[in-house]
Amino acid sequence: MNIQNLQTDFLVIGGGTAGTMAGIKAKQANPDADVLILEKANIRRSGAIAMGMDGVNTAVIPGNSTPEQYVREITIANDGILNQKSVYQTGRWGYEVIQELESWGVKFQKDHEGNYDLKQVHRVGKYVLPMPEGKDLKKILTRQVKRHKVRVTNRVMATRVMVKDGRVIGAVGFDVRKGDFVVIQAKAVVLCTGACGRLGLPASGYLYGTYENPTNAGDGYSMAYHAGAELTNIECFQINPLIKDYNGPACAYVASPFGAYTANAEGNRFINCDYWSGQMMLETWKELNSGKGPVHLKMYHLDDDTISEIERVLWANERPSRERFHEGRQENYRTHGVEMNISEIGLCSGHSASGVWVNEKAETTVPGLYAAGDMASVPHNYMIGAFVSGRLSGLNAMEYVQGIDHVDPDPAFLEAEKARIYAPMNRPDGVPHTQVEYKLRRYVNDYLQPPKSPSNMEIGLAAFERYHDTLDLMGARDPHELMRCMEVHFIRDCAEMAARASLYRKESRWGLYHYRLDYPEKNDEEWFCHANLKKGENGEMEMFKRAVEPYIVDVNLEQEVYDVAVR
Amino acid sequence: MALTTQRVDVPVIVDESKCLEKCTACIEVCPLDVLVKNPETGKAYMKYDECWFCLPCEKECPTNAITVQIPFLLR
Repeated sequence: MNIQNLQTDFLVIGGGTAGTMAGIKAKQANPDADVLILEKANIRRSGAIAMGMDGVNTAVIPGNSTPEQYVREITIANDGILNQKSVYQTGRWGYEVIQELESWGVKFQKDHEGNYDLKQVHRVGKYVLPMPEGKDLKKILTRQVKRHKVRVTNRVMATRVMVKDGRVIGAVGFDVRKGDFVVIQAKAVVLCTGACGRLGLPASGYLYGTYENPTNAGDGYSMAYHAGAELTNIECFQINPLIKDYNGPACAYVASPFGAYTANAEGNRFINCDYWSGQMMLETWKELNSGKGPVHLKMYHLDDDTISEIERVLWANERPSRERFHEGRQENYRTHGVEMNISEIGLCSGHSASGVWVNEKAETTVPGLYAAGDMASVPHNYMIGAFVSGRLSGLNAMEYVQGIDHVDPDPAFLEAEKARIYAPMNRPDGVPHTQVEYKLRRYVNDYLQPPKSPSNMEIGLAAFERYHDTLDLMGARDPHELMRCMEVHFIRDCAEMAARASLYRKESRWGLYHYRLDYPEKNDEEWFCHANLKKGENGEMEMFKRAVEPYIVDVNLEQEVYDVAVR
Repeated sequence: MALTTQRVDVPVIVDESKCLEKCTACIEVCPLDVLVKNPETGKAYMKYDECWFCLPCEKECPTNAITVQIPFLLR
């Protein structure tokens, strides 16, 4: 096998929304620095927005809302558990991000007076800004990456971050086509590998029929953990209301400003707000189990022109194959509701709060290691939050690398990691990764899907621990299969984190995301804190409480109950 | 380990009469990296059944040789 040795000042792992912005901002801050984006796919069409996006959900536009109002809304939506200073950054810098994207050719919807045409989807306040022509977002970002002379290495998947004397010195991985072992020395590293979208098994049974881009297998969660960084709010799962079977967004954020709404089988509303929160998911779960299910996104009461406009947006952006899915079932928004289901679980701070612990500078708890985008715990951060946290990581890393030198990797570490990565290639007749992954993710469904019960989760945890041995049975016949095998390692780590964090927090919070049958009530006295985890001295996973950072925006959580049920 | 090969219906269909032998557009953009060239014919085909039905392969094909179906289990 060939070995590639690379060196850079700032290594960006993952070239999606956050990663492309991190690279661009780092080069803007210091054009002489060497910045390298490492991407396991191709940055032209990779990450959560591979096929563009139909709008931004957290736009704080002067004259419409303030960063303080935004922080307040997210504080209430996330039941008070957050670092307000990090969330504030999304409100503070989002407008500048939008303006810069616009200067690069991204189009946002404006009203007839030329003002941003914001829509209300959140419980209070207008933060959703449509971008009906957002399909080429990723191509535009790729062009800017090239223009800023950021180096890009496609089709290399990172497997571990290298740490020496308590700080980051680079990362290792392999070329998923040629199989080369790749060692990259870097003065600072940002992990922006997206959600763990391949945690639960979709009801269809198709491993890649996920809401998130299935390349996002929790790589960064696992790599941050093994680098010694803290992770937080992992028990606050991502669970989404999605088109049944298709398992993609319906999408109420696009359609509800036009008058669509989520209804039960009788056609009646049961929630008064379509914004995705744990509380909204709990109401959906209750409705599905009430005898009034199934639930559907209802548009058939709208006029034909309105529906055509919704179709134009939904069938060009984000998940354009929705059109052929509906067609294949001879269903039409004019005559049929879109049948919705509750998704399998995932980890994603872009939608909920589960991620790597970061402060307002996108720093993790390991010096030189940053995290951005869906995998960094800034609750409900969505795409604007990914751009902002990518930006913060790029700018702050450029300051950090001043005066830092490259450090030689530890040869013993490299040998051990090489042996771990390539082990499946020595067993070409080993168990295929598809079967190993299927069973692991079925266990996730069986034992972790809320509502959560303690004995179930204990059985799940034991199964995930035993799964270390199962991983050793996997066989791969080429570098492509090897990539999938190593992703199963990431998924196993995330499953163990999800079980341990859920067992640790002995209360219920965030609606369905952490609904424990044995502790059905919220308990602020004992649990108004983060449940953090990290790799302990003995190599075992450690859980501990971390106090919520002092608020910078006053919110009276006693009075502000997040209730979306129609009474 | 004893292994067998299972047949599956794959979502990405390539019209070989339209696929250009020197073109790799679909292969380069696939996030899951599931498309490869048949070394004998030079035509692209779906080698691994790992599809997100996201459509870049279809949209970026210069000759419209590709059709992406919703995977059978979801269809």
